Amino acid sequence: MNWIELILSFFVLLGGLFMLIGSIGLARLPDFYMRLHAPTKATTLGVGSLLIASMLFFSIKNSMFSIHEILITIFLFITAPVSAHMMAKAALHVDTDTLERTQGVEAHKAATAGGNPPAKADLVNKQKGSEN
Amino acid sequence: MLKTALLLVNVMIAIALLLSLWRLIQGPSLADRILALDTLYINSIALIILLGMYMGSPLYFEAALLIALLGFVSTAALCKYLLRGDIIE
Repeated sequence: MNWIELILSFFVLLGGLFMLIGSIGLARLPDFYMRLHAPTKATTLGVGSLLIASMLFFSIKNSMFSIHEILITIFLFITAPVSAHMMAKAALHVDTDTLERTQGVEAHKAATAGGNPPAKADLVNKQKGSEN
Repeated sequence: MLKTALLLVNVMIAIALLLSLWRLIQGPSLADRILALDTLYINSIALIILLGMYMGSPLYFEAALLIALLGFVSTAALCKYLLRGDIIE
């Protein structure tokens, strides 16, 4: 039981705690847009500290600097915001039910109700004009 | 001490997988189910990294990298299907 093992156990426990907190938030929060917030922490902080722990573990075990865990970290840090953005866009598109106090839904409804039909009408008029 | 911590974190990630599975079955909308699948693949990446540390073998990282790549592609494809009604236009 030396201090390296202590640091490794700390990072592993921190990562597992963040994964558990992310999934508890996914199961417990009442609204989709609130639920979207919780597992992002599990992605970045949880997997990030688990990969730091495994980098330290294999660097010390093989006495050689182990770098290929950084690939997974970089890939997850790039793709987590992209996938969260795409899921929020899909949820706005299919009109997911929200709570009363969720903000910004009225603005989205007003924007789509005011924006889309005139734009489509303009497009149709332009196409007719070009045909004529 | 490290083995005990690894076993404890294995149990925690198993509970996290069960909670995500509950949201996948329960989820009121389709977007909730996509989010639950996203969380499931993140949890399985963590589980494979823990297994690699427990076995002491660096062979498991390629599996974790493959799961990360395919999980992002599947999430993007499902979101695209909800948005457009088609995956490859």
